[in-house]
Amino acid sequence: MSSSYLIKNGRIIDPKNSRDEVADLAIRDGRLANAAEVIQGEAVEIDARGCWVVPGLIDMHVHLREPGEEYKEDILSGCRAAAAGGFTGVACMPNTRPVNDNRSVTALILELAAGAPARVHPVAAISKASKGESLAEFGDLREAGAVAVSDDGLPVRDSRLMRRALEYAADFGLAVISHSEEPSLAHGSMNEGAVSTRLGLQGIPTVAESIMVYREIALAEYTGKPVHIAHVSTAMSTGLIRLAKERGVPVTAETTPHYFTLTEEAVEGYATNAKMNPPLRSEEDRQEILRGLADGTFDAIATDHAPHSILEKEVEFDAAANGIIGLETSLPLSLALVREGVIDEKRLIELMSLNPAAILGLEAGTLSEGVPADITIIDPGAEFHYTEDKVISKSKNSPFLGWKLQGRAVLTMMGGRITHNLFD
Amino acid sequence: MTTGYFFPHRHILGIDQLSVDDIRHILSTAESFKEISSRPIKKVPTLRGNTIINLFFEPSTRTRLSFEVAAKRMSADTFSISASTSSTTKGETLIDTARNISAMNPDTIIIRHSFSGAPHMLTRYVDASIINAGDGTHEHPSQGLLDMMTVREHKGRLDGLKIAIIGDILHSRVAHSDILGFTKMGSEVFVYGPSTLMPRALDRLGARVCTSLSEAVADADVVMTLRIQKERQNDPLLPSFREYARQFGVTRDVVALARDDALVMHPGPINRGIELMPDVADSGRSVILDQVTNGVAVRMALLYLVMGNAPVTG
Repeated sequence: MSSSYLIKNGRIIDPKNSRDEVADLAIRDGRLANAAEVIQGEAVEIDARGCWVVPGLIDMHVHLREPGEEYKEDILSGCRAAAAGGFTGVACMPNTRPVNDNRSVTALILELAAGAPARVHPVAAISKASKGESLAEFGDLREAGAVAVSDDGLPVRDSRLMRRALEYAADFGLAVISHSEEPSLAHGSMNEGAVSTRLGLQGIPTVAESIMVYREIALAEYTGKPVHIAHVSTAMSTGLIRLAKERGVPVTAETTPHYFTLTEEAVEGYATNAKMNPPLRSEEDRQEILRGLADGTFDAIATDHAPHSILEKEVEFDAAANGIIGLETSLPLSLALVREGVIDEKRLIELMSLNPAAILGLEAGTLSEGVPADITIIDPGAEFHYTEDKVISKSKNSPFLGWKLQGRAVLTMMGGRITHNLFD
Repeated sequence: MTTGYFFPHRHILGIDQLSVDDIRHILSTAESFKEISSRPIKKVPTLRGNTIINLFFEPSTRTRLSFEVAAKRMSADTFSISASTSSTTKGETLIDTARNISAMNPDTIIIRHSFSGAPHMLTRYVDASIINAGDGTHEHPSQGLLDMMTVREHKGRLDGLKIAIIGDILHSRVAHSDILGFTKMGSEVFVYGPSTLMPRALDRLGARVCTSLSEAVADADVVMTLRIQKERQNDPLLPSFREYARQFGVTRDVVALARDDALVMHPGPINRGIELMPDVADSGRSVILDQVTNGVAVRMALLYLVMGNAPVTG
């Protein structure tokens, strides 16, 4: 295997270095090199004419299900799905079995990820067993390789514990990711509104999220310690984050392709692949999220990739598990925002690579010379029909099955190693 | 009836799916079957050889009995499975239970389930016709139809009527089916109850949400009260039944606000003295037992009509 590549004639989009130009990109010994120094004939040439060459995409919110629920996904299958979707790095949430709340689980995850076709960045639990009672050992977890902490899947009910988490995590440079949900208001299986009334399903009000988003903002503002809000789904949350940023509060936020693409109408027919938490919201919420993506309120697009098997999804709607897979559809759905003029190409790469890398403190998200060669080559025009037989993830729980999508990763490279290649 | 009309449904999942013509056709069919129940020999051979299974995952006395009586009067063979005796207690999924039943080739499965949408899901896994006998807080179409039949019988029409529905709209699949049905047929539906028991965006279903009992009931042609469900009291929806009865209960004075010939209805079972006072329930305006009688006729009609759309086998 050659260790040198020359990606030729692609449109290089690298927001960190303010680059957007057609040029060649060289890779030597797993790192980005000066194209002039790579000797002709020695490097494998990749013709990227008509494609975008961007820093490897990073999904800062996925569930890889290992250890404990390997029948849904495992680290290897999840990383294959990531590579196919154009991702070179993923941050995996700690709600595994057991919960990733101590250094041995973090170490196990990294051991299982060695050799996988994507970089795996473990997010450890905020509280022991994610029970919301006492802090996990953040120092140990950082040493073992965790990049952030979160009790994702569950909110931290206790405001004092959340305050302490923000303060203590900052001591170790760990990002704190909040699953923002006021649990006493969040009994239900879809968004509360006209559709839940029509379908007779118990609704989760938007304020269940917004109230907790405001608590996190207030804690971050008071302590001066950063907080990151996961999977924002409501207009009110978006507005709260926008105002907080204007005041200089250290808050960052992500939203997902399903919140900016779908609404509660997708639940019609009791479609369990449209069931997730937070739930799909109204068209007004979706419009506000689009504004937040355009105006910088959101820092990142993440998928909340949540594999579930038919055991959890081919059941009554109320009994179905929350969550959908997203790694293989995130890029095409996000590229639609560029085609529709919601965001430009530079902003897309900030949302999907540069910003998530910065929030998690990763050496990634740029095409600077000398950094590990994590690269995604995107063909923005490539059309494909997303069907179940093409899904690489172990689970097939996507509301986008059957959709005709446009734009995808045609080549993914992690540390100079090709992890996905449609050029062959 | 329009010439060339053909009842198009294999499954009865909700009033939502039915057109005005469908509802008219079901009600006329039910009216023609009603007479069978007053014959000395209350049986016709129409569904002879038909196998009908009652699959009830929630306790029910009247609805289940009503479907069974309806099926037997049409000479169908009926079998009833209730949640306590079914395999679901052994961890069998609803889909597996339904597939096993399906393997015995029933013609129609009547299902009641505490989850909204459970009957819709079954249509994807079994060949039989599915009739929804109440799913969660979604719909109870046969109840909606028997309510319409009862009103039409007494008023001679459904269009231009004012229907007042009072009580727990949030948890009531009956209210849901009634709002959809009466509105489709040209009535105006006014609803009232404590705000804690009103679902959001109810107006989008076609109902008019009132701010007082008198607004809802004034000059109404029908006053329908709904059961307050005692089993839902884990959510702080109401301070007490005593206060509910005082503030929201339908008394003689409330009914006096309605038209002189207004009908009093209730889908049953009644919490006497809470949502409906006993003297009103037993008054000459009450058509509560007519609802029960018409329930059999409506269910006979539904069983007959879905059978007409059974897939051709063999």
